[in-house]
Amino acid sequence: MSVTNGFAVVARNVGKTYGEGKSAVTALGNVSLEIRKGEFFTLLGPSGCGKTSLLRCIAGFETPTSGAILLSGRDITYDPPNSRPINTVFQSYALFPHLTVAQNVGFGLKMQGKPKAEIASATARVLALVKLEAFADRLPQQMSGGQQQRVALARALAPAPEVLLLDEPLSALDLKLRKEMQGELKRLQIETGITFIFVTHDQEEALTMSDRIGIMSAGDLLQVGPPREIYNNPVNRFVADFIGETNFLTAEVRNNVVRIGAGHEFAVPLNGRQGTITLAIRPEQVSLGPAGTGLPAKVVEATYLGTDTHYTVALQDDSRLTARIQSNTTASLEVGDQVGLMIDPNAIRVLEA
Amino acid sequence: MMARSRNFDITRLPGFTLIAVLSFVLLYAPIITLVIYSFNGGNSVNQWGGLSLKWYAIAAQNEAVQSAAIRSFVIAIWASIIATTVATMAALGTSRRAKFKGQTFIYIVINQPLMVPEIVTAVALLLFFSWIKIATGYAGLGYLILAHSAFCVPFAYLPIKARLDGMDTAMETAAADLYASPLQTFRHVTLPLLMPGIGAGAMLAFIISLDDVIITEFVKSAGQDTLPTYMLGQLRRALTPEVNAISTVLLAVSVAVLTVFFLITRKRG
Repeated sequence: MSVTNGFAVVARNVGKTYGEGKSAVTALGNVSLEIRKGEFFTLLGPSGCGKTSLLRCIAGFETPTSGAILLSGRDITYDPPNSRPINTVFQSYALFPHLTVAQNVGFGLKMQGKPKAEIASATARVLALVKLEAFADRLPQQMSGGQQQRVALARALAPAPEVLLLDEPLSALDLKLRKEMQGELKRLQIETGITFIFVTHDQEEALTMSDRIGIMSAGDLLQVGPPREIYNNPVNRFVADFIGETNFLTAEVRNNVVRIGAGHEFAVPLNGRQGTITLAIRPEQVSLGPAGTGLPAKVVEATYLGTDTHYTVALQDDSRLTARIQSNTTASLEVGDQVGLMIDPNAIRVLEA
Repeated sequence: MMARSRNFDITRLPGFTLIAVLSFVLLYAPIITLVIYSFNGGNSVNQWGGLSLKWYAIAAQNEAVQSAAIRSFVIAIWASIIATTVATMAALGTSRRAKFKGQTFIYIVINQPLMVPEIVTAVALLLFFSWIKIATGYAGLGYLILAHSAFCVPFAYLPIKARLDGMDTAMETAAADLYASPLQTFRHVTLPLLMPGIGAGAMLAFIISLDDVIITEFVKSAGQDTLPTYMLGQLRRALTPEVNAISTVLLAVSVAVLTVFFLITRKRG
């Protein structure tokens, strides 16, 4: 991976509005983002959050209504897509049905006017990279979905772009193939050293593949950081809820002490916050002991998931929490059991109410 | 399909088979009779005089038929080339750009020959071309080719437009993403993907041109008979089974072209 100084792509106050007047729809509010060279960056958010609009602005399929897009420091906001050294792997693959796999892969180089020998060698090299050497003369429609996906990837990689954009490329694949391709994509990104910008709504995909993640919602970028940081320190309730499972508890701050349930107290870093706050607690950081050991609670639901069991417990004020417990560590609990609930104070995140 | 046929199957309606058979008989009985009587050895159009290829031989040796046949094909080939080119551009203009004001109007204008009575167009062209003939002194086949090109446009336009509307613009987006200029995108992606539609449009235009009587009758100069107008002219004299033979040949050409058209559209559909 060649991480040099500077950024591959910079979005500076990018806004995108579709339509005019009363029917105008804002796809991007005011997004500023810096993506490093050689980085695997993921734009993560629910559908309609603006992640695809931002990707299309970087590719050049859309022109931002305001702001600028920079590629290696050069303003490309108004450049047409064919003059940008950026290639896209489309969600629908968009393979040319009248061209063979090799012709599809060589298309970009051919349009750039590269000599035939160079196109042939680059095509062979990239097809080897995605393990499709044997399929060079097939037509795309003669291949499976997973293979078409690899062709789309090879086609976008062949011209050796500065940045590769991936628009939910794995969403059409079944689970097993998707897992396989996740590893494959990561390997390709490391081998080629190309900056990858990956768009997905699948938080697990984002966490496992990315160097950094940008979380988007309603046209805004909420948080940018490495997966671990986003998981452990979500900036707000939306991020905490979107990434992984989270328990939210309303709590009162009195004399710098947090009280939840019926008067149970916690020492949590508050940064001077007072009044009503929201606590975010991951289910795996909640543990259940015998009644009388911690916060009194009652099991109201137990879901066995193999290695883990999910218990939903009710506190005395009837607020609910989910605990994820490894199935073999404790004797299994039944619905109706009285338990003692313990939370590691260091694992509690304080969010704005 | 199974579920649908169990719920509602039109073949279960009373009289379905009867109506279907009647329709086929009404459509094809006259044509079959025509084909059979083209092999008539006698001298009457409608009285059987034994099996013979006599009238095919007579038609083939008739110089008037020969020149009319060549003229028909020359006009149909030129008209289908011109009409298909114009129709392709019109289809691109109405489906590969942002919606614009007056698009519906443009659509109506393109399809106008389908709706205006042909006799009106024929009279209009007669008048219009007579001025040009006087002004330029030119009296060649160009007028017929131009007239045929004009009324063939909507027939070529419809399959091309249908094909284009069914084509995902993601292909063109992908081409632009892969460094293709707009012209390269058209040459390497849009045009090859559109070819089945263009082929279908050209064949339809060819058949429509080959078959035309009304406009040709009005626009042609003396000695510019096409096969259909030659046959119409024969009506005024003694009708012989020669017209049956010519009709059968025209029918065979149409069926051949339409079969190719059908195979192309089905293969790529």
